[in-house]
Amino acid sequence: MNALLAAAGIDPWIAICSLVTVVITVGMGFWTAGKSKSAGDFFVAGRSVSVGWNASAISGEYLSAASFMGVAGMVMLNGYDALWYPVCYACGYLFLLLFIAGPLRRFGAYTIPDFAEGRYDSPVFRKIAVCFVLFIGFFYTMPQMKGAGTTLAYIFPGLHYSVGVIVVGAVITLNVSLGGMKGITLVQAFQYWLKVFAITIPIFVLASIVGHYQQHLEANKTAQETVAAAPAGIERKALTAKAPKDEQWIAPFGSLTTKAVDNAIKAAKTPEEKAALEANKKPYSLLYTYSLIIALVCGTAGLPHILVRFYTNPDGVAAKRTTMWVMILIGVFYVFPPVYGVIGRSLMPELYEAIGSKGTDKVVLELPTLLAGRDYPLLGSVLSGITCAGAFAAFMSTFSGLLVSMSSALAHDIYGRMLKPDSSPEQRLKAFKWAAVIIGVVSVGLGTQVEKLNINYLVGQAFAIAAASYFPLLFMSVWWRGMTMKGAATGMLVGGLMALGAITLTTLSDVYAVQSLADFWVANPLVRILCEQPAIWAVPLSIILMIVVSKATASTVPADVRMKMLVLHAPEALGLKQEYIKEHEGLGGH
Amino acid sequence: MSESPSTPDSIHSDAFLARLMRDQLKLSIACALCFVVALVALPLLNYFQPEFMAQRVFGFTLTWLILGVLFFPFVWIISYVFIKRSIALEDAEAKAALDGLTK
Repeated sequence: MNALLAAAGIDPWIAICSLVTVVITVGMGFWTAGKSKSAGDFFVAGRSVSVGWNASAISGEYLSAASFMGVAGMVMLNGYDALWYPVCYACGYLFLLLFIAGPLRRFGAYTIPDFAEGRYDSPVFRKIAVCFVLFIGFFYTMPQMKGAGTTLAYIFPGLHYSVGVIVVGAVITLNVSLGGMKGITLVQAFQYWLKVFAITIPIFVLASIVGHYQQHLEANKTAQETVAAAPAGIERKALTAKAPKDEQWIAPFGSLTTKAVDNAIKAAKTPEEKAALEANKKPYSLLYTYSLIIALVCGTAGLPHILVRFYTNPDGVAAKRTTMWVMILIGVFYVFPPVYGVIGRSLMPELYEAIGSKGTDKVVLELPTLLAGRDYPLLGSVLSGITCAGAFAAFMSTFSGLLVSMSSALAHDIYGRMLKPDSSPEQRLKAFKWAAVIIGVVSVGLGTQVEKLNINYLVGQAFAIAAASYFPLLFMSVWWRGMTMKGAATGMLVGGLMALGAITLTTLSDVYAVQSLADFWVANPLVRILCEQPAIWAVPLSIILMIVVSKATASTVPADVRMKMLVLHAPEALGLKQEYIKEHEGLGGH
Repeated sequence: MSESPSTPDSIHSDAFLARLMRDQLKLSIACALCFVVALVALPLLNYFQPEFMAQRVFGFTLTWLILGVLFFPFVWIISYVFIKRSIALEDAEAKAALDGLTK
């Protein structure tokens, strides 16, 4: 058996660790799903969930393939600029905490479409809000699929990237449509601790043998250092041709944020043109950085599959406490992926030369095997198996969570409310299963196309769309009494769709190498930056539209807006929540 | 909670709601400002003081140390302060409103 695996280039330890993770995850899903029969159980049981469990569960759902594999790959590829991703992924929760978590929980709306309908008494608005669950969801599933394809291609070296995507996509889709993985708190919480274990233990062992984080950083010389101050005993392989230079890699405004201008400089014909572009390089790079920060910070506060989880808090105070613990749990996690990137740059520079699934996105998986060259072959394999297990946990949990929320949107909102309002619960359950299959197939199809793109970059794009659509909606609806449904809908649609369009355009031109678009980007690097990172104009645009249109339609402010605002903001001790529900029941509402 | 207490009329006044929202928003904005100032300042420092930010501290460059390590605890502190104050604020509001009921 071992000989057979070895002949195929498969390391048995890595394969076993991954298999065990898949079996445990699927098994736990079915075991807990068996204990809670209906979808309602999930919510009711959720009321008793403690802050610690709930925070672990939210963190478990949040840490996707982008966090586990993508951040390390991107830090290795782009250096300092990529650090904004992990930092903003974690710190974006602060906006959620300060402005949205408590009020949203008090309102008793657990999805954004629910909130949209409840706040404006408008089923139409609900339907508009549902569309963005799908837009954001698909952008979020693509990188998860890339993570799956990359991991499988690493474990089974002969396997084609798209085969991995199809296999993992099929397994998870089947699992979700058969009723496993209902987003049960226990499973998600377990996944968080598995991921933390899988990212920390290997890097501690590895760093103690090959040298620590800061020692490997010291090996990269800054612009003002003439020789690298690498401490004794730190080895470093020669950088390959495609690797960025030390001084660009370690400093801000490096290859990630200056790519558009660099491409334009390469194509420039006259020295004057080149000089003009050079002068613009740093200001444009600053613009890119700010736009990225806005996208990630505001986007975190508008992610549909994360907000759902806040309902499982018993009250607004618990919702706030949970958010703080989530920030601590994921903050601790996010310190580590960049360490893989930094050490990977020193010791695995050959990854810079490879493209797609063989490139830097797999540095987390492969880095532990370095130990084999240092007389610890078994340890290297086991640790690499552990990081593979963490990667499986990452893309499986996030993809399942997205699949559930997207299928519910299709089955309950589009099928159950729009196509067939009088459908029976059985019909809706059937619709959910079909919706899961359809979305699974589309996700796999999209996933096979994005091998060239960085995992982390793609997730960042999903954040930008959320930042331009859901974040303004939630923020303004919670804090401004004068918002009308028309204002909210206009702002969300225009801001969100324009961000979506700009991002789709850049993604398509990168994936399919459209020549005419590539020429256009080269001629207009600023437009390229604003399309690639649209948050800096799309978020203000969305908010301004909301204000202007709401002012113009001020007569349609919901009549009971004061009561709604009281429910959002008054402490639970006043018991307003129940009063609000009773009023609705009295009116024979929903 | 057993039965919802009949709430005093005073809390249904516009003045009460305005004060409630204003107090909470003030706190949120104050905390958000600390965070936003740091987020805006770091790229600016990188832009205008690249050499200062590139000096080595424990092997890291200063800017790498701030962004990659120190930023996380900084945000934890803000969120801790916010939660403490916001819960105290809610308790005070609830107490004031319910006291109004008994009078």
